[in-house]
Amino acid sequence: MIYLDNAATTKTAPEVVEAMLPYFTECYGNPSAIYSLGSAGKKAISEARRTIAGAIGAKQEEIYFTAGGTEADNWALKAVAESCSARGRHIITTKIEHHAVLHTCRYLEKNGYQVTYLDVDEYGLVDLDVLRAAIRPDTILISVMFANNEIGTVEPVREIGKLSRERGILFHTDAVQAFGQIPIDVEEMNIDLLSASAHKLNGPKGAGMLYVRSGVKIRSFIHGGAQERSRRAGTENVPGIVGFAAAVRRALRIMEEKTAKEKALRDYLIGQIETQIPYCRLNGHREKRLPGNVNVSFQFIEGESLLIMLDMKGICASSGSACTSGSLDPSHVLLAIGLRHEEAHGSLRMTLSEENTKEEMDIVVEQLKQIVNRLRDMSPLYEDFLKSQKG
Amino acid sequence: MYSEKVMDHFQNPRNMGEIENASGVGTVGNAKCGDIMRIFLDIDEGGVIREAKFKTFGCGAAVATSSMATELVRGKTVQEALQVTNKAVMEALDGLPPVKVHCSLLAEEAIHAALWDYAEKHGIAIEGLEKPKNDIHEGEEEGGEEG
Repeated sequence: MIYLDNAATTKTAPEVVEAMLPYFTECYGNPSAIYSLGSAGKKAISEARRTIAGAIGAKQEEIYFTAGGTEADNWALKAVAESCSARGRHIITTKIEHHAVLHTCRYLEKNGYQVTYLDVDEYGLVDLDVLRAAIRPDTILISVMFANNEIGTVEPVREIGKLSRERGILFHTDAVQAFGQIPIDVEEMNIDLLSASAHKLNGPKGAGMLYVRSGVKIRSFIHGGAQERSRRAGTENVPGIVGFAAAVRRALRIMEEKTAKEKALRDYLIGQIETQIPYCRLNGHREKRLPGNVNVSFQFIEGESLLIMLDMKGICASSGSACTSGSLDPSHVLLAIGLRHEEAHGSLRMTLSEENTKEEMDIVVEQLKQIVNRLRDMSPLYEDFLKSQKG
Repeated sequence: MYSEKVMDHFQNPRNMGEIENASGVGTVGNAKCGDIMRIFLDIDEGGVIREAKFKTFGCGAAVATSSMATELVRGKTVQEALQVTNKAVMEALDGLPPVKVHCSLLAEEAIHAALWDYAEKHGIAIEGLEKPKNDIHEGEEEGGEEG
């Protein structure tokens, strides 16, 4: 099997699983308990918090553990909206955010907030002038993702942070795809809130965090006990939190090597596809993109068919086709960067890990060539195109 | 998610291709929704479908329903082919996931569009056949207006 869907989720690293196991079998006590069986968990959570805070240049009391990235995004947006509503009710975000942000914004719109969804350029980049022009006196929050999950475009977060700070507006970034992949410093980048998830960096599913800068007032998200300084009640997911921290330690340790390897594989794969398969285009920015992200549209064919055929050859990937999302519309990200519907339906996302090899990339290109040919032979769009070329 | 029959017809599509100088050709669906089906029919003088072929841009279910629809109408008379409903196509494929039911509707519509084209070319009326609505060109115009 060749696994090329690391933006969807990653394999839990063996050292992460090993770090987690004792918190299922031995140190299973409730961290809120007084006896030592509980305090082991409490100590582990506190160490994990320090590790994760250190990874983004934050203080440990600024990290709140959640059940994942989606929860962190929901919390950030709803809590800021609520606590700043006296100052204003306008939020700025982009058209290419993850649904965790977009659908939370839609919810806020139904509850008396106004949201501006910024256009992006053909590469998926936010234009700072467009952002500047969208700011109003009642803008309370700017939420722009660190890197896009579909096309891998890395946004100018530092510049957005600087602008937000100058205007006195809070800045949230959904860093689910970026955290553990590229360096992040919340101080240097003027980030006020940041969402991250463990399972995108070889950690366990069901663990994530929200960073909230000291001094930013947010309401409690889940009411109950005193966990997470009463902001997010409920007995902590101790094994998940411990696994998250182990994954972060690992990610920081291997980041340089992993990035270099993935970038080389990524550019090799893109180059091979572009030279060997006609009528395709790279989606996203060629340089300002995540090290492991490849997103290509093949004209005249549809993504789900492509995915099933790749799966039959043991290759796991994903697509922005409507058929893979359960709706009639293809990916909102691909439409936002100006793709026509049929081009968006024919997109293929392959997200690499440091475990992939050049040999695997060669197999993928060879299989892709055959599958794309076969689907084009079947396609009335390709038939029409060939006839128009002759005519 | 798909039945074995669907997977079989997707992996080994029957009657994929074109018919030169077909008696009738019908194209339905639009690229916006991600499904386009084109069905070619070769109909003899007695009104029997000698050959049916298809070309499809779409998901696994779209390919499988096109393949099955062409299988079901081969050797049938025009009147019999009209009775091949989307339900018949679905049943022959051992069912489709709910979100893919529209693919079987497209297959039925594509057959009807090809029969309509045949009737128009030959100046005949086929009882019970209405002008197909789901035409690719209508879809393209819609897309153009919105775009």
